[in-house]
Amino acid sequence: MAKKKETVGKTIQVAFALCIVCSVIVSAAAVSLRPQQALNQELDIKSNILQAAGMSEPGANRERIEELFGRFTPRLVDLRTGQFTTPEELGVADVLSYDQYRATDDPNMSTRLSGDQDTANLRRRAHAATVYILEENGETVRVVLPVHGPGLWSTLYGFISLEGDLNTIEGLGFYDHAETPGLGGEVDNPRWKSQWVGQKLYDDNKSEPQIRLVKGGASPDSEHQIDSLSGATLTARGVENLINFWMGENGFAPFLNNLRDGEA
Amino acid sequence: MSDVSAKKVLFEPIFSNNPIALQILGICSALAVTTSLSVTLVMCASVIAVTAFSNLAVSLIRAQIPNSIRIIVQMTIIASLVIVVDQLLKAYAYEISKQLSVFVGLIITNCIVMGRAEGFAMQNPPMLSFLDGIGNGLGYSIAILFVAVFRELFGSGELLGFTILASVNDGGWYVPNGMMLLPPSAFFIIGLGIWALRTWKPEQVEEPDFKMSAHKTREAF
Repeated sequence: MAKKKETVGKTIQVAFALCIVCSVIVSAAAVSLRPQQALNQELDIKSNILQAAGMSEPGANRERIEELFGRFTPRLVDLRTGQFTTPEELGVADVLSYDQYRATDDPNMSTRLSGDQDTANLRRRAHAATVYILEENGETVRVVLPVHGPGLWSTLYGFISLEGDLNTIEGLGFYDHAETPGLGGEVDNPRWKSQWVGQKLYDDNKSEPQIRLVKGGASPDSEHQIDSLSGATLTARGVENLINFWMGENGFAPFLNNLRDGEA
Repeated sequence: MSDVSAKKVLFEPIFSNNPIALQILGICSALAVTTSLSVTLVMCASVIAVTAFSNLAVSLIRAQIPNSIRIIVQMTIIASLVIVVDQLLKAYAYEISKQLSVFVGLIITNCIVMGRAEGFAMQNPPMLSFLDGIGNGLGYSIAILFVAVFRELFGSGELLGFTILASVNDGGWYVPNGMMLLPPSAFFIIGLGIWALRTWKPEQVEEPDFKMSAHKTREAF
Protein backbone atom coordinates (compact mmCIF):
# COMPACT_ATOMS: atom_id res chain seq x y z
CA MET A 1 0.00 0.00 0.00
CA ALA A 2 3.02 2.16 -0.46
CA LYS A 3 1.70 3.82 -3.58
CA LYS A 4 -1.55 5.63 -3.69
CA LYS A 5 -4.17 3.19 -4.90
CA GLU A 6 -6.94 5.58 -5.74
CA THR A 7 -5.50 7.04 -8.94
CA VAL A 8 -7.18 6.49 -12.30
CA GLY A 9 -4.16 4.69 -13.71
CA LYS A 10 -4.04 2.26 -10.83
CA THR A 11 -7.77 1.60 -11.09
CA ILE A 12 -7.50 0.73 -14.76
CA GLN A 13 -4.42 -1.38 -14.08
CA VAL A 14 -6.15 -3.44 -11.41
CA ALA A 15 -9.30 -3.87 -13.47
CA PHE A 16 -7.29 -4.99 -16.50
CA ALA A 17 -5.13 -7.46 -14.57
CA LEU A 18 -8.18 -8.92 -12.86
CA CYS A 19 -10.02 -9.37 -16.15
CA ILE A 20 -7.06 -11.19 -17.67
CA VAL A 21 -6.67 -13.54 -14.70
CA CYS A 22 -10.39 -14.29 -14.42
CA SER A 23 -10.87 -14.89 -18.12
CA VAL A 24 -7.92 -17.27 -18.22
CA ILE A 25 -9.37 -19.25 -15.31
CA VAL A 26 -12.87 -19.37 -16.78
CA SER A 27 -11.80 -20.32 -20.28
CA ALA A 28 -9.37 -22.93 -19.00
CA ALA A 29 -12.18 -24.55 -17.02
CA ALA A 30 -14.62 -24.38 -19.92
CA VAL A 31 -12.22 -25.79 -22.49
CA SER A 32 -10.74 -28.55 -20.37
CA LEU A 33 -14.12 -29.84 -19.18
CA ARG A 34 -15.93 -29.67 -22.51
CA PRO A 35 -15.27 -33.28 -23.66
CA GLN A 36 -16.64 -34.66 -20.39
CA GLN A 37 -19.71 -32.42 -20.64
CA ALA A 38 -20.41 -33.41 -24.23
CA LEU A 39 -20.23 -37.05 -23.18
CA ASN A 40 -22.77 -36.38 -20.43
CA GLN A 41 -25.14 -34.65 -22.81
CA GLU A 42 -24.93 -37.47 -25.31
CA LEU A 43 -25.64 -40.00 -22.58
CA ASP A 44 -28.54 -37.90 -21.37
CA ILE A 45 -30.15 -37.90 -24.81
CA LYS A 46 -29.62 -41.66 -25.10
CA SER A 47 -31.21 -42.31 -21.74
CA ASN A 48 -34.12 -40.08 -22.79
CA ILE A 49 -34.63 -42.13 -25.92
CA LEU A 50 -34.69 -45.25 -23.75
CA GLN A 51 -37.09 -43.58 -21.34
CA ALA A 52 -39.49 -42.62 -24.12
CA ALA A 53 -39.32 -46.20 -25.35
CA GLY A 54 -40.16 -47.46 -21.87
CA MET A 55 -36.83 -49.23 -21.67
CA SER A 56 -35.01 -47.18 -19.08
CA GLU A 57 -33.78 -48.86 -15.94
CA PRO A 58 -33.47 -46.74 -12.81
CA GLY A 59 -29.86 -46.37 -11.74
CA ALA A 60 -28.49 -47.78 -14.97
CA ASN A 61 -24.84 -46.89 -15.39
CA ARG A 62 -23.08 -45.66 -18.50
CA GLU A 63 -22.32 -49.11 -19.86
CA ARG A 64 -25.87 -50.34 -19.37
CA ILE A 65 -27.34 -47.30 -21.11
CA GLU A 66 -24.91 -47.76 -24.01
CA GLU A 67 -25.82 -51.44 -24.19
CA LEU A 68 -29.57 -50.82 -24.22
CA PHE A 69 -29.18 -47.99 -26.67
CA GLY A 70 -27.04 -50.19 -28.88
CA ARG A 71 -30.12 -52.28 -29.69
CA PHE A 72 -31.57 -49.34 -31.57
CA THR A 73 -30.51 -48.55 -35.11
CA PRO A 74 -30.33 -44.82 -35.75
CA ARG A 75 -31.48 -43.96 -39.28
CA LEU A 76 -31.85 -40.70 -41.15
CA VAL A 77 -35.23 -39.87 -42.63
CA ASP A 78 -35.84 -37.31 -45.36
CA LEU A 79 -38.99 -35.58 -44.17
CA ARG A 80 -39.76 -34.24 -47.68
CA THR A 81 -40.09 -37.69 -49.20
CA GLY A 82 -40.75 -39.81 -46.15
CA GLN A 83 -37.91 -42.14 -47.20
CA PHE A 84 -34.73 -43.17 -45.44
CA THR A 85 -31.75 -41.17 -46.55
CA THR A 86 -28.00 -41.48 -46.16
CA PRO A 87 -25.45 -39.29 -44.39
CA GLU A 88 -23.73 -38.66 -47.76
CA GLU A 89 -26.85 -37.08 -49.21
CA LEU A 90 -27.02 -34.70 -46.28
CA GLY A 91 -23.30 -34.00 -46.35
CA VAL A 92 -22.50 -35.26 -42.85
CA ALA A 93 -19.94 -37.79 -41.73
CA ASP A 94 -22.24 -40.38 -40.19
CA VAL A 95 -25.76 -40.82 -38.85
CA LEU A 96 -25.03 -39.75 -35.29
CA SER A 97 -23.19 -36.59 -36.26
CA TYR A 98 -26.26 -35.17 -37.99
CA ASP A 99 -27.83 -32.52 -35.76
CA GLN A 100 -31.43 -31.86 -36.72
CA TYR A 101 -31.69 -28.78 -34.55
CA ARG A 102 -28.62 -27.16 -36.03
CA ALA A 103 -29.89 -28.02 -39.50
CA THR A 104 -33.17 -26.25 -38.70
CA ASP A 105 -31.32 -22.92 -38.66
CA ASP A 106 -29.39 -23.64 -41.85
CA PRO A 107 -31.25 -22.38 -44.96
CA ASN A 108 -29.62 -25.08 -47.09
CA MET A 109 -30.77 -27.88 -44.83
CA SER A 110 -34.26 -26.74 -43.89
CA THR A 111 -37.48 -25.45 -45.35
CA ARG A 112 -39.54 -22.48 -44.30
CA LEU A 113 -43.00 -23.58 -43.25
CA SER A 114 -45.93 -21.61 -44.63
CA GLY A 115 -48.56 -20.27 -42.25
CA ASP A 116 -51.11 -23.02 -42.68
CA GLN A 117 -48.49 -25.77 -42.55
CA ASP A 118 -46.94 -24.41 -39.41
CA THR A 119 -49.50 -25.53 -36.84
CA ALA A 120 -46.91 -25.68 -34.05
CA ASN A 121 -45.18 -22.31 -34.63
CA LEU A 122 -41.90 -23.87 -35.64
CA ARG A 123 -41.17 -21.47 -38.53
CA ARG A 124 -38.61 -23.80 -40.11
CA ARG A 125 -38.25 -27.54 -40.43
CA ALA A 126 -35.05 -29.43 -41.18
CA HIS A 127 -35.04 -31.59 -44.29
CA ALA A 128 -34.06 -34.64 -42.34
CA ALA A 129 -34.43 -36.13 -38.88
CA THR A 130 -32.74 -38.93 -36.97
CA VAL A 131 -35.06 -41.75 -35.95
CA TYR A 132 -34.24 -44.75 -33.80
CA ILE A 133 -35.59 -48.13 -34.79
CA LEU A 134 -35.66 -51.26 -32.70
CA GLU A 135 -36.02 -54.50 -34.61
CA GLU A 136 -36.57 -57.95 -33.23
CA ASN A 137 -36.46 -60.99 -35.56
CA GLY A 138 -36.55 -58.73 -38.58
CA GLU A 139 -39.68 -56.92 -37.44
CA THR A 140 -39.91 -53.32 -36.38
CA VAL A 141 -41.11 -53.32 -32.76
CA ARG A 142 -40.37 -49.76 -31.73
CA VAL A 143 -39.72 -46.46 -33.46
CA VAL A 144 -38.50 -43.46 -31.50
CA LEU A 145 -39.01 -40.09 -33.19
CA PRO A 146 -37.68 -36.69 -32.15
CA VAL A 147 -40.27 -33.95 -31.60
CA HIS A 148 -39.94 -30.33 -30.65
CA GLY A 149 -41.97 -27.16 -30.50
CA PRO A 150 -42.61 -24.06 -28.42
CA GLY A 151 -44.48 -24.22 -25.13
CA LEU A 152 -44.96 -21.06 -23.12
CA TRP A 153 -41.43 -19.93 -22.27
CA SER A 154 -39.24 -22.30 -24.14
CA THR A 155 -38.94 -24.83 -26.91
CA LEU A 156 -39.66 -28.33 -25.67
CA TYR A 157 -37.39 -31.04 -27.06
CA GLY A 158 -38.36 -34.64 -26.63
CA PHE A 159 -38.94 -38.06 -28.07
CA ILE A 160 -42.07 -40.03 -28.78
CA SER A 161 -41.90 -43.78 -29.07
CA LEU A 162 -44.35 -45.82 -31.14
CA GLU A 163 -45.10 -49.51 -31.06
CA GLY A 164 -44.65 -51.74 -34.10
CA ASP A 165 -48.08 -50.81 -35.50
CA LEU A 166 -46.74 -47.22 -35.82
CA ASN A 167 -49.95 -45.95 -34.21
CA THR A 168 -49.90 -46.90 -30.54
CA ILE A 169 -47.85 -44.62 -28.31
CA GLU A 170 -45.26 -46.38 -26.22
CA GLY A 171 -44.08 -43.34 -24.34
CA LEU A 172 -43.29 -39.64 -24.50
CA GLY A 173 -40.61 -37.65 -22.78
CA PHE A 174 -39.10 -34.18 -22.98
CA TYR A 175 -35.42 -33.89 -22.19
CA ASP A 176 -35.04 -30.16 -22.52
CA HIS A 177 -37.45 -27.37 -21.72
CA ALA A 178 -37.75 -24.37 -19.41
CA GLU A 179 -41.44 -24.34 -18.56
CA THR A 180 -42.58 -23.14 -15.13
CA PRO A 181 -41.72 -25.79 -12.52
CA GLY A 182 -44.90 -27.14 -10.98
CA LEU A 183 -47.15 -25.92 -13.81
CA GLY A 184 -45.85 -26.40 -17.35
CA GLY A 185 -42.91 -28.27 -15.88
CA GLU A 186 -45.38 -31.05 -15.07
CA VAL A 187 -44.75 -32.38 -18.59
CA ASP A 188 -42.01 -34.29 -16.76
CA ASN A 189 -44.44 -35.78 -14.25
CA PRO A 190 -44.31 -39.58 -14.61
CA ARG A 191 -48.01 -39.92 -13.78
CA TRP A 192 -48.99 -37.50 -16.52
CA LYS A 193 -46.62 -39.11 -18.99
CA SER A 194 -48.06 -42.54 -18.20
CA GLN A 195 -51.40 -41.42 -19.70
CA TRP A 196 -49.82 -41.34 -23.14
CA VAL A 197 -48.91 -45.00 -23.01
CA GLY A 198 -51.28 -47.07 -25.14
CA GLN A 199 -53.05 -44.09 -26.71
CA LYS A 200 -53.46 -44.09 -30.49
CA LEU A 201 -52.18 -41.36 -32.79
CA TYR A 202 -54.47 -41.94 -35.76
CA ASP A 203 -57.93 -43.02 -36.77
CA ASP A 204 -58.47 -44.48 -40.22
CA ASN A 205 -56.70 -41.58 -41.89
CA LYS A 206 -53.07 -42.21 -41.15
CA SER A 207 -51.97 -38.68 -41.98
CA GLU A 208 -54.08 -36.81 -39.45
CA PRO A 209 -53.10 -37.38 -35.85
CA GLN A 210 -55.99 -36.96 -33.39
CA ILE A 211 -54.20 -36.28 -30.10
CA ARG A 212 -56.11 -33.87 -27.85
CA LEU A 213 -55.17 -32.52 -24.44
CA VAL A 214 -58.48 -32.10 -22.69
CA LYS A 215 -59.24 -29.74 -19.83
CA GLY A 216 -61.26 -31.23 -17.02
CA GLY A 217 -60.02 -34.74 -17.66
CA ALA A 218 -59.73 -37.01 -20.65
CA SER A 219 -62.57 -39.38 -21.38
CA PRO A 220 -61.48 -42.88 -20.34
CA ASP A 221 -63.00 -44.40 -23.50
CA SER A 222 -61.07 -42.19 -25.87
CA GLU A 223 -57.96 -43.48 -27.53
CA HIS A 224 -56.72 -40.00 -28.38
CA GLN A 225 -57.30 -37.90 -25.29
CA ILE A 226 -54.89 -36.97 -22.53
CA ASP A 227 -55.56 -34.79 -19.48
CA SER A 228 -54.47 -31.23 -19.96
CA LEU A 229 -52.04 -29.74 -17.44
CA SER A 230 -53.77 -27.60 -14.87
CA GLY A 231 -52.43 -24.07 -14.73
CA ALA A 232 -50.46 -24.60 -17.90
CA THR A 233 -52.86 -23.99 -20.77
CA LEU A 234 -50.18 -22.67 -23.11
CA THR A 235 -47.68 -25.42 -22.42
CA ALA A 236 -50.41 -28.03 -22.94
CA ARG A 237 -51.50 -26.36 -26.19
CA GLY A 238 -47.85 -26.35 -27.31
CA VAL A 239 -47.49 -30.06 -26.57
CA GLU A 240 -50.73 -30.89 -28.40
CA ASN A 241 -49.69 -28.83 -31.42
CA LEU A 242 -46.19 -30.17 -31.62
CA ILE A 243 -47.29 -33.82 -31.39
CA ASN A 244 -49.95 -33.29 -34.05
CA PHE A 245 -47.50 -31.41 -36.27
CA TRP A 246 -44.72 -33.95 -36.07
CA MET A 247 -47.04 -36.91 -36.47
CA GLY A 248 -48.88 -35.13 -39.30
CA GLU A 249 -48.26 -34.82 -43.02
CA ASN A 250 -45.50 -32.23 -42.63
CA GLY A 251 -43.82 -34.32 -39.99
CA PHE A 252 -43.34 -38.05 -39.84
CA ALA A 253 -46.70 -39.25 -41.25
CA PRO A 254 -45.36 -39.87 -44.82
CA PHE A 255 -42.42 -41.78 -43.39
CA LEU A 256 -44.60 -43.82 -41.04
CA ASN A 257 -46.96 -44.65 -43.91
CA ASN A 258 -44.03 -45.77 -46.06
CA LEU A 259 -42.62 -47.79 -43.22
CA ARG A 260 -45.98 -49.44 -42.64
CA ASP A 261 -46.18 -50.38 -46.31
CA GLY A 262 -42.60 -51.55 -46.27
CA GLU A 263 -41.53 -48.89 -48.78
CA ALA A 264 -39.41 -46.59 -46.66
CA MET B 1 -16.96 -9.32 15.92
CA SER B 2 -14.36 -7.39 17.89
CA ASP B 3 -11.66 -9.99 18.43
CA VAL B 4 -11.04 -12.25 15.49
CA SER B 5 -9.75 -15.75 16.15
CA ALA B 6 -9.71 -18.57 13.66
CA LYS B 7 -11.96 -20.83 15.69
CA LYS B 8 -14.49 -18.12 16.25
CA VAL B 9 -14.52 -17.10 12.62
CA LEU B 10 -15.11 -20.69 11.56
CA PHE B 11 -17.77 -21.73 14.06
CA GLU B 12 -19.62 -18.55 14.95
CA PRO B 13 -21.62 -18.38 11.70
CA ILE B 14 -22.99 -21.88 12.25
CA PHE B 15 -25.36 -21.14 15.11
CA SER B 16 -24.55 -17.82 16.79
CA ASN B 17 -24.40 -15.71 13.66
CA ASN B 18 -26.08 -17.90 11.08
CA PRO B 19 -26.33 -16.13 7.73
CA ILE B 20 -29.84 -17.39 7.05
CA ALA B 21 -31.35 -17.43 10.53
CA LEU B 22 -29.81 -14.25 11.93
CA GLN B 23 -28.46 -12.23 9.04
CA ILE B 24 -31.39 -13.36 6.83
CA LEU B 25 -29.10 -13.53 3.79
CA GLY B 26 -29.40 -15.94 0.89
CA ILE B 27 -33.04 -16.83 1.44
CA CYS B 28 -33.84 -16.96 -2.29
CA SER B 29 -31.81 -20.04 -3.06
CA ALA B 30 -32.86 -21.60 0.24
CA LEU B 31 -36.40 -21.71 -1.16
CA ALA B 32 -35.46 -23.01 -4.55
CA VAL B 33 -33.02 -25.87 -4.04
CA THR B 34 -34.32 -27.51 -0.89
CA THR B 35 -36.90 -29.91 -2.29
CA SER B 36 -34.51 -32.84 -2.18
CA LEU B 37 -31.55 -33.54 0.02
CA SER B 38 -29.06 -34.71 -2.60
CA VAL B 39 -29.51 -31.54 -4.65
CA THR B 40 -29.18 -29.47 -1.49
CA LEU B 41 -25.91 -31.17 -0.56
CA VAL B 42 -24.38 -30.31 -3.90
CA MET B 43 -25.62 -26.74 -3.58
CA CYS B 44 -24.03 -26.54 -0.11
CA ALA B 45 -20.69 -27.78 -1.38
CA SER B 46 -20.81 -25.26 -4.23
CA VAL B 47 -21.66 -22.36 -1.94
CA ILE B 48 -18.96 -23.29 0.60
CA ALA B 49 -16.37 -23.52 -2.18
CA VAL B 50 -17.39 -20.21 -3.72
CA THR B 51 -17.57 -18.27 -0.43
CA ALA B 52 -14.27 -19.66 0.80
CA PHE B 53 -12.30 -19.05 -2.37
CA SER B 54 -13.83 -15.69 -3.16
CA ASN B 55 -13.02 -14.55 0.37
CA LEU B 56 -9.47 -15.83 -0.04
CA ALA B 57 -9.00 -14.14 -3.41
CA VAL B 58 -10.52 -10.83 -2.31
CA SER B 59 -8.46 -10.83 0.86
CA LEU B 60 -5.22 -11.56 -1.02
CA ILE B 61 -5.59 -8.53 -3.23
CA ARG B 62 -7.45 -6.32 -0.78
CA ALA B 63 -4.53 -3.90 -0.48
CA GLN B 64 -4.53 -3.43 -4.26
CA ILE B 65 -8.23 -2.99 -4.87
CA PRO B 66 -9.07 0.67 -5.49
CA ASN B 67 -12.02 1.70 -3.41
CA SER B 68 -13.98 3.05 -6.36
CA ILE B 69 -14.23 -0.31 -8.15
CA ARG B 70 -14.13 -2.69 -5.21
CA ILE B 71 -17.66 -4.06 -5.66
CA ILE B 72 -17.05 -4.78 -9.33
CA VAL B 73 -13.77 -6.48 -8.51
CA GLN B 74 -15.47 -8.71 -5.93
CA MET B 75 -18.28 -9.45 -8.34
CA THR B 76 -15.86 -10.46 -11.09
CA ILE B 77 -14.00 -12.83 -8.78
CA ILE B 78 -17.24 -14.38 -7.53
CA ALA B 79 -18.70 -14.71 -11.01
CA SER B 80 -15.57 -16.44 -12.31
CA LEU B 81 -15.59 -18.90 -9.43
CA VAL B 82 -19.27 -19.65 -9.95
CA ILE B 83 -18.72 -20.35 -13.65
CA VAL B 84 -15.90 -22.73 -12.77
CA VAL B 85 -18.13 -24.53 -10.24
CA ASP B 86 -20.95 -24.71 -12.78
CA GLN B 87 -18.64 -26.20 -15.41
CA LEU B 88 -17.35 -28.76 -12.90
CA LEU B 89 -20.88 -29.80 -11.98
CA LYS B 90 -21.87 -30.16 -15.62
CA ALA B 91 -18.87 -32.41 -16.16
CA TYR B 92 -19.04 -34.56 -13.04
CA ALA B 93 -22.56 -34.33 -11.60
CA TYR B 94 -24.67 -33.87 -14.70
CA GLU B 95 -28.02 -35.07 -13.33
CA ILE B 96 -27.80 -32.85 -10.29
CA SER B 97 -26.57 -29.88 -12.28
CA LYS B 98 -29.68 -30.23 -14.43
CA GLN B 99 -31.88 -30.04 -11.33
CA LEU B 100 -29.96 -27.11 -9.92
CA SER B 101 -30.19 -25.43 -13.33
CA VAL B 102 -30.08 -21.67 -12.90
CA PHE B 103 -29.47 -21.73 -9.17
CA VAL B 104 -25.78 -22.52 -9.53
CA GLY B 105 -25.47 -19.39 -11.63
CA LEU B 106 -27.48 -17.53 -9.06
CA ILE B 107 -24.83 -18.19 -6.40
CA ILE B 108 -23.30 -15.06 -7.95
CA THR B 109 -26.17 -13.05 -6.54
CA ASN B 110 -26.27 -14.96 -3.26
CA CYS B 111 -25.99 -12.19 -0.72
CA ILE B 112 -23.85 -14.31 1.62
CA VAL B 113 -20.94 -14.51 -0.80
CA MET B 114 -20.96 -10.82 -1.63
CA GLY B 115 -21.67 -9.85 1.97
CA ARG B 116 -18.70 -11.76 3.34
CA ALA B 117 -16.34 -10.52 0.63
CA GLU B 118 -17.28 -6.91 1.31
CA GLY B 119 -17.85 -7.18 5.05
CA PHE B 120 -15.01 -9.47 6.13
CA ALA B 121 -12.43 -10.27 3.48
CA MET B 122 -11.76 -6.61 2.65
CA GLN B 123 -10.48 -6.02 6.21
CA ASN B 124 -8.93 -9.33 7.23
CA PRO B 125 -5.93 -11.49 6.29
CA PRO B 126 -6.33 -14.30 3.73
CA MET B 127 -6.33 -17.34 6.04
CA LEU B 128 -8.95 -15.89 8.35
CA SER B 129 -11.07 -14.81 5.41
CA PHE B 130 -10.87 -18.29 3.95
CA LEU B 131 -12.08 -19.77 7.25
CA ASP B 132 -14.79 -17.15 7.48
CA GLY B 133 -15.94 -18.19 4.02
CA ILE B 134 -16.06 -21.85 5.04
CA GLY B 135 -17.85 -20.94 8.27
CA ASN B 136 -20.50 -18.90 6.54
CA GLY B 137 -20.89 -21.52 3.87
CA LEU B 138 -21.41 -24.10 6.62
CA GLY B 139 -23.93 -21.86 8.36
CA TYR B 140 -25.85 -21.56 5.10
CA SER B 141 -25.56 -25.32 4.58
CA ILE B 142 -26.86 -26.21 8.05
CA ALA B 143 -29.87 -23.98 7.53
CA ILE B 144 -30.80 -25.25 4.09
CA LEU B 145 -30.11 -28.87 5.00
CA PHE B 146 -32.51 -28.44 7.91
CA VAL B 147 -35.14 -27.14 5.48
CA ALA B 148 -34.38 -29.83 2.91
CA VAL B 149 -34.73 -32.70 5.40
CA PHE B 150 -38.24 -31.54 6.31
CA ARG B 151 -39.26 -30.85 2.75
CA GLU B 152 -38.06 -34.10 1.24
CA LEU B 153 -39.32 -36.21 4.15
CA PHE B 154 -42.81 -34.75 4.27
CA GLY B 155 -43.06 -33.77 0.61
CA SER B 156 -42.14 -37.09 -0.94
CA GLY B 157 -41.63 -39.44 2.03
CA GLU B 158 -37.99 -40.01 1.14
CA LEU B 159 -34.55 -39.00 2.32
CA LEU B 160 -31.72 -38.98 -0.22
CA GLY B 161 -33.98 -41.05 -2.44
CA PHE B 162 -34.54 -43.80 0.16
CA THR B 163 -38.15 -44.31 1.11
CA ILE B 164 -38.78 -43.48 4.77
CA LEU B 165 -42.53 -42.98 4.71
CA ALA B 166 -44.08 -45.23 2.06
CA SER B 167 -46.30 -42.94 0.02
CA VAL B 168 -49.78 -43.73 -1.24
CA ASN B 169 -48.63 -43.53 -4.87
CA ASP B 170 -46.34 -46.49 -4.26
CA GLY B 171 -48.93 -48.42 -2.32
CA GLY B 172 -47.94 -47.20 1.18
CA TRP B 173 -49.89 -45.27 3.78
CA TYR B 174 -48.33 -41.80 3.70
CA VAL B 175 -50.14 -39.07 1.78
CA PRO B 176 -47.35 -36.74 0.63
CA ASN B 177 -47.76 -33.13 1.61
CA GLY B 178 -47.60 -31.46 -1.79
CA MET B 179 -47.18 -28.02 -0.27
CA MET B 180 -43.79 -29.10 1.10
CA LEU B 181 -42.53 -29.34 -2.46
CA LEU B 182 -43.62 -25.78 -3.27
CA PRO B 183 -41.42 -22.80 -2.39
CA PRO B 184 -43.64 -21.22 0.32
CA SER B 185 -43.14 -24.18 2.65
CA ALA B 186 -39.45 -23.24 2.93
CA PHE B 187 -40.55 -19.88 4.36
CA PHE B 188 -42.57 -21.60 7.06
CA ILE B 189 -39.75 -23.99 7.92
CA ILE B 190 -37.15 -21.23 8.02
CA GLY B 191 -39.51 -19.19 10.20
CA LEU B 192 -40.04 -22.07 12.62
CA GLY B 193 -36.30 -22.73 12.60
CA ILE B 194 -35.53 -19.11 13.50
CA TRP B 195 -38.11 -19.32 16.30
CA ALA B 196 -36.49 -22.48 17.68
CA LEU B 197 -32.99 -21.02 17.41
CA ARG B 198 -33.95 -17.82 19.20
CA THR B 199 -35.67 -19.72 21.97
CA TRP B 200 -32.42 -21.63 22.46
CA LYS B 201 -30.24 -18.50 22.17
CA PRO B 202 -32.42 -15.65 23.46
CA GLU B 203 -29.64 -13.08 22.91
CA GLN B 204 -30.40 -13.30 19.16
CA VAL B 205 -33.84 -11.80 19.67
CA GLU B 206 -33.75 -8.26 18.31
CA GLU B 207 -35.11 -5.26 20.18
CA PRO B 208 -38.52 -4.43 18.78
CA ASP B 209 -38.33 -1.44 16.44
CA PHE B 210 -41.28 0.21 18.13
CA LYS B 211 -43.54 -0.45 21.07
CA MET B 212 -47.29 -0.67 20.93
CA SER B 213 -48.69 1.74 23.44
CA ALA B 214 -51.55 0.62 25.60
CA HIS B 215 -54.98 1.16 24.14
CA LYS B 216 -56.61 4.35 25.33
CA THR B 217 -60.29 5.03 25.12
CA ARG B 218 -60.94 8.52 23.82
CA GLU B 219 -64.22 10.17 23.15
CA ALA B 220 -64.68 11.15 19.57
CA PHE B 221 -65.41 14.81 19.06
